[in-house]
Amino acid sequence: MEYGLDLEYSFNEFLKGFGLSSEIAHIIWLPLPMLLVLVAAVVGVLVTVWLERKISAAAQQRIGPEYAGALGVLQPIADGLKLLVKEDIIPDKADGILFTAGPVLVLVPVILSWLIVPFGQNLIISNVGIGIFLWIALSSIQPIGLLMSGYASNNKYSLLGGLRAAAQSISYEIPLALSVLAIVLMTNSLSTIDIVNQQNGAGILSWNIWRQPVGFIVFWICALAECERLPFDLPEAEEELVAGYQTEYAGMKFALFYLGSYINLILSALLVSILYLGGWGFPIPVEVIAKVLNLPINAPVIQVFTASIGIVMTVLKAYLLVFIAILLRWTTPRVRIDQLLDLGWKFLLPISLANLLLTAGLKLTFPQFFGG
Amino acid sequence: MSIAITTQIICFSVLSLVILIGALGVVLLESIVYSAFLLGGVFMSVAGLYLLLNASFVAAAQVLVYVGAVNVLIIFAIMLVNKKEDLKPISDIKSRRIISTSICLTLLSLLIRVDLTNVWSLSSPQNSIGEESTIRIGEHLFSDYLLPFEVASVLLLMAMIGAIVLARRDVMSKDISTGLPVDQELIEKSSEPLLTNKN
Repeated sequence: MEYGLDLEYSFNEFLKGFGLSSEIAHIIWLPLPMLLVLVAAVVGVLVTVWLERKISAAAQQRIGPEYAGALGVLQPIADGLKLLVKEDIIPDKADGILFTAGPVLVLVPVILSWLIVPFGQNLIISNVGIGIFLWIALSSIQPIGLLMSGYASNNKYSLLGGLRAAAQSISYEIPLALSVLAIVLMTNSLSTIDIVNQQNGAGILSWNIWRQPVGFIVFWICALAECERLPFDLPEAEEELVAGYQTEYAGMKFALFYLGSYINLILSALLVSILYLGGWGFPIPVEVIAKVLNLPINAPVIQVFTASIGIVMTVLKAYLLVFIAILLRWTTPRVRIDQLLDLGWKFLLPISLANLLLTAGLKLTFPQFFGG
Repeated sequence: MSIAITTQIICFSVLSLVILIGALGVVLLESIVYSAFLLGGVFMSVAGLYLLLNASFVAAAQVLVYVGAVNVLIIFAIMLVNKKEDLKPISDIKSRRIISTSICLTLLSLLIRVDLTNVWSLSSPQNSIGEESTIRIGEHLFSDYLLPFEVASVLLLMAMIGAIVLARRDVMSKDISTGLPVDQELIEKSSEPLLTNKN
């Protein structure tokens, strides 16, 4: 792959112009993409919170936030500021250290997982070889944080909520990993870049959703369960558990949970779009457009166009899925804990296993369509 | 000394310190909950050591299996049976301590022997596999290590069946620890909807 625009290279050259050594330039470069992604994640959360408020209002025939900025767009910032200046309370009988470490352990793995989300061919923090497996491994740390905060709160609702969250997270991780495995089987690689590239041969027709319809549905259900979104928000079922493991939290520590759950939702939507909906790919391949316009694929105009369309497409697909998740939240009832575990272990697990077996069989029979 | 090597040395010393202190904490702390969480920290730091060795797949597998499954299960079990209970003094504590110390020392000497006899240096830096390791591990698992791999799965299957038999009381009619017949009322009782007798 030719690199038409290499931001890192030009940035380093720019700093070297000031007489800095290449190592120092590299060290100054390193935090920049991470900072950018962190900012992108937080802005994504603000947008999602606003969408959640507006769409829920529309679903319930209300107006929703209206006065904070045009159409209430500043409402999420007001929410965030409120949480920022609230008193930070640690209950008297709670375990201070674990109580503080819990929310951090929930949030950090989610943000770390953004390492592997590509917004374009070269718009990724790190194309690590283990790619999508890193996300599966990191998301398995989260239940420890939930159990920790549930235990440290010293409150029966919190403990029950934490236990439920961990049980749910463990049961839905397995079908999730199995449906990812089917994709990896077709791609012959764990890297998210390779997974998207493999889908971008013929635009919308080569997206994985047509080859993995069952995997797509299983993955989406499991992703919703991992994010504790309704219909699977049992860990914080208000009517039974007050707020689950978050009951005793206030101020910034609560905000960490809040931020974590929304970043996780956006991350899951991004990963669904990367795994099944062609990632940064435009429904019509860029190569075809370049041919129609009679421009070489490496022309700067096409490069800028590809990069911007890549970001737009990734974000658009992700937010379409976020929209569906929000609609699901405000239109479906909550499942019971036994229904939840039944669905996970007796339905999704066998189906995803069968899907994996079928994918392997189809890969052997039709290697040209299923990545030989 | 280049920046990369300095970073590596700093990371290595921090990780080894965390592992040592964490492992001591797991053994010495009074609270079993703290021990369990510290164990998770130790597992994570070991994964960090694997990352330093360029074995990213092994590191991720370590996190997934040891932190995500084993440690979560340990914590889960502790939280479900976290009774405040004073431990009874054990009569023959001295001989038990001697036995466990000697076993630990034997293991330590075995590890030291492995460390001294093994040839650690690669013939050239090009021989390190790095990102290729995922493929290599897969090849080995399905060729020369196939039998141990499959035997491990049989072991897991046996453990799973055992757990299911223990959990399903209709299979076991007697309680294992007390020997009394198990009261099956709770399981057999059919659930009635709450609202049927209202009118």
